[in-house]
Amino acid sequence: MKPLQFVDDVVIRFAGDSGDGMQVTGSQFTNTTALAGNDLSTFPDFPAEIRAPAGTLAGVSGFQIRFSSSDIFTPGDAPEVLFAMNPAALKANIADLKKGGMVVANQEKFTPKDFEKAGLTSNPLEDGSLDEYRVVKVDMARMTKEAIEGLGLGTKEVDRTKNFFALGMAYWLYNRDPMATEAWIQQKFKPPFVEANLRAMRAGHAYAETVELFETRFEVPKADLPAGRYRNILGSQALAIGLVVGSQKAGVPLFLGSYPITPASDILHQLAGYKQFNVQTFQAEDEIAAIGAAIGASFGGAIGVTTTSGPGMALKGEAIGLAVMTELPLVIVNVQRGGPSTGLPTKTEQSDLMQAMYGRNGEAPLAVLAASSPTDCFDAAVEAVRVAVTYMCPVILLTDGYLANGSEPWKVPDVSSIQDFAVKFRTEPEGFKAYLRDAGTLARPWVRPGTPGLEHRIGGIEKAEHTGNVSYDPVNHERMIHLRAEKIARIEVPDVEVHGDPGELLLIGWGSTAGAIHSGVDMARARGHKVAYAHLRWLNPLPKNLPAVLRSFKKVLVPEMNMGQLSRILRAETLVDCIAITKVQGQAFKVSEIYKTILNHSTRSDA
Amino acid sequence: MTTEPKPLLTKKDYMSDQIIRWCPGCGDYAILAQAQTVFAELQIPRENLVVVSGIGCSSRFPYYVSSYGFHTIHGRAPTIATGLKVSRPELSVWIVTGDGDALSIGGNHTAHMIRRNVDVQVLLINNRIYGLTKGQYSPTSEAGKKTKSSPFGSVDHPMLPLAFALGCDASFVARSVDVFTVQQRDVLKAAYHHRGTSFVEIYQNCNIFNDGAWDQLVDKTIREERCLFLEHGKPMVFAGGKKGIKLNGMRPTVVDIGAGITADDCLVHDETDPFLGAILARMDYPDFPVPMGVIHRKERPTFDREMNAQVEEIVAAKGKGDLQALVTGRETWMVG
Repeated sequence: MKPLQFVDDVVIRFAGDSGDGMQVTGSQFTNTTALAGNDLSTFPDFPAEIRAPAGTLAGVSGFQIRFSSSDIFTPGDAPEVLFAMNPAALKANIADLKKGGMVVANQEKFTPKDFEKAGLTSNPLEDGSLDEYRVVKVDMARMTKEAIEGLGLGTKEVDRTKNFFALGMAYWLYNRDPMATEAWIQQKFKPPFVEANLRAMRAGHAYAETVELFETRFEVPKADLPAGRYRNILGSQALAIGLVVGSQKAGVPLFLGSYPITPASDILHQLAGYKQFNVQTFQAEDEIAAIGAAIGASFGGAIGVTTTSGPGMALKGEAIGLAVMTELPLVIVNVQRGGPSTGLPTKTEQSDLMQAMYGRNGEAPLAVLAASSPTDCFDAAVEAVRVAVTYMCPVILLTDGYLANGSEPWKVPDVSSIQDFAVKFRTEPEGFKAYLRDAGTLARPWVRPGTPGLEHRIGGIEKAEHTGNVSYDPVNHERMIHLRAEKIARIEVPDVEVHGDPGELLLIGWGSTAGAIHSGVDMARARGHKVAYAHLRWLNPLPKNLPAVLRSFKKVLVPEMNMGQLSRILRAETLVDCIAITKVQGQAFKVSEIYKTILNHSTRSDA
Repeated sequence: MTTEPKPLLTKKDYMSDQIIRWCPGCGDYAILAQAQTVFAELQIPRENLVVVSGIGCSSRFPYYVSSYGFHTIHGRAPTIATGLKVSRPELSVWIVTGDGDALSIGGNHTAHMIRRNVDVQVLLINNRIYGLTKGQYSPTSEAGKKTKSSPFGSVDHPMLPLAFALGCDASFVARSVDVFTVQQRDVLKAAYHHRGTSFVEIYQNCNIFNDGAWDQLVDKTIREERCLFLEHGKPMVFAGGKKGIKLNGMRPTVVDIGAGITADDCLVHDETDPFLGAILARMDYPDFPVPMGVIHRKERPTFDREMNAQVEEIVAAKGKGDLQALVTGRETWMVG
């Protein structure tokens, strides 16, 4: 029996060709890890091409998972184990591997032909380039083939099971029970493939146990999470479920208008399966039709939602302005990706903040909020629906590819404990005017067509203040501009909270950088630096206490995955000299990058 | 207890308090009047009537009807109407649009609304010009047309709106003219009774930017000669019964009635035949009389009903969704 070593925190990455099943391997490992009670965070990274030529760098697909016995906020900076199914996967990922880390290489794919495809001139397993790492060569192909001999499968089909061989090895290495994956295989595949995949996985497990390649296996104890029932959830799932819960709390049907676009399509896929929850999903002919239909549904008394990514947002701009003008509730989800133009469709970025804030013709302010983690997508979605129906306005909810595709354990909320915000449609004709506002929220009444005596017309032309009739009056126009802005400014948002040491250095972020900033600040404080962090859920309106908070620090840094969009907004709104810390590589910040940034800007308290 | 019967709605009940801002002499006045008359004839409850429009002169229509209305953005009326009708299938949704709105900037949406067969009435008011932007050529303007944006003549080729609609497998296609008041009302009523996208092209005169665009057809003295008023099951004759349409192979030809040819020898109109519809949609003056009335009508499932039926089926099969079960998911574990 090989020794079992307890460790607190592990990061591993599976990498291979798009056709190698790395996403399946990664998500199975994730489920098993979740069921084992670790905290975890995942980061799938795949190419935009569905099947780029096999063996090339363009086709490399990866899945990173970090799991831990304590509370974690990011999928980890650097893996300590890399499963590389071919030379291209090795080449594309080796720079991230921790020095001294382990490469498990699928030996069969390391031939001169494969080196050529990957743009290598020699065998990296033998040319000394991996001297700083532990290299474990495994002939997965041969052993998989032997394991499933006699099932009558062709070479290609045999080849497709080797990801389960790799998974079996990983399960042995981290002392995991493969039971959940076995059940999944039984359910997912047809007869000969059930047996083939099971055998491949068991063979990988047995191989890792038997050979002398691995001296130890590792055990990550259960995380000390708050008590309760947990599930693992992807950001896109959490967001879709949040929209459903939001619509039910509002007591109105949910209508999704959407056009497929990476990485937002998963929300459409999820919601399309939830029709029993008073949900309608409309796959429109284009991005504009998607939002147009959502606006039409909102006019009809549903909560209209449209989901997209950056290029789709650009197309929706005019219709968003219509929703601003007609003051209808609407939720617009932008799962941001690398831009501009088609940009980096499968990579993450936060570069649509200015677009969300200002990307329309005319003075067209609306509510903007952002989710900060995969599970937070749920809360942010409920909140977006609540604000849309309470204030009768469009709400932009920003997430990004990193949040949508990432997963983490989620303490399942008790739905009944989430507060209702039931919509009250106006039905009383007496004194009705389409643009007569609530004194507090400035919301105009929401009337379902079909209500007798409340017939009215709305549209994109400027409205007369109370009646909503067409008005070209110059003073009325200015008054309405102010009223629409005032309504958004009145949205009640919680104060921003500061975590850490007051007065010296503040890191403030928004969206998916939350985990990296939190962890980086924790790391720096543990090493004696006086630093704090804050995170913005709401971008418009900004929290009321924000200017005072920013002014209370000597220095404010704004890490964001763009060229400094939030820092500009903060400067404009607070006149505080906020320094942008930018990264625009289609990749999330590493904790170490945040930590190094803090080092460059801080003094140690004991210095 | 007795309930008083609701008083009948009159045309006036569908007139809003807004001042109509079309140019004096605009053909839209006549179309608005016919529509309001038809709404009253059909006794559509005002609260269940929704007029949706895009942008253009004709798109001001909703403001002038005292029902629910939505004046949207250029070309997008079909999208808003689709979302509305799917979520509220019990409403009577009418789209009022123009040649630029429906066929140029909104061509994509028009096509997809028609193929989906969303149960709405579409009044495509075609004046072969951009009016609201003050006189540029439109997608139905004739080739060579001189306008502000084509001083040397447009090199664009015009499209055939009804052939386009049939190309999208329209379930209802009809034509009328702003000044054909009685015939227009018949067409609008037929459109209302049809379940599915009822696509009605209405020739309209823009007396400011394209005056007389349809004069060759609509003048009282020549109307009968140059228009073919269709009736289902009746032979296609015109010019007071002196002329008719016969098929010569796959092509229609104009024949003189008399001298051995009777009305019974002429092509008989069959609204349900899409092949015949395709022929009629391509017939144009001066080679042919222009077909008026219902060119094609054939029921097929509507998008809004299918969408809602699917939801009902799923609820019937799975029951109403359990929200807590959705949030909890299938695989969970306990901590503590």
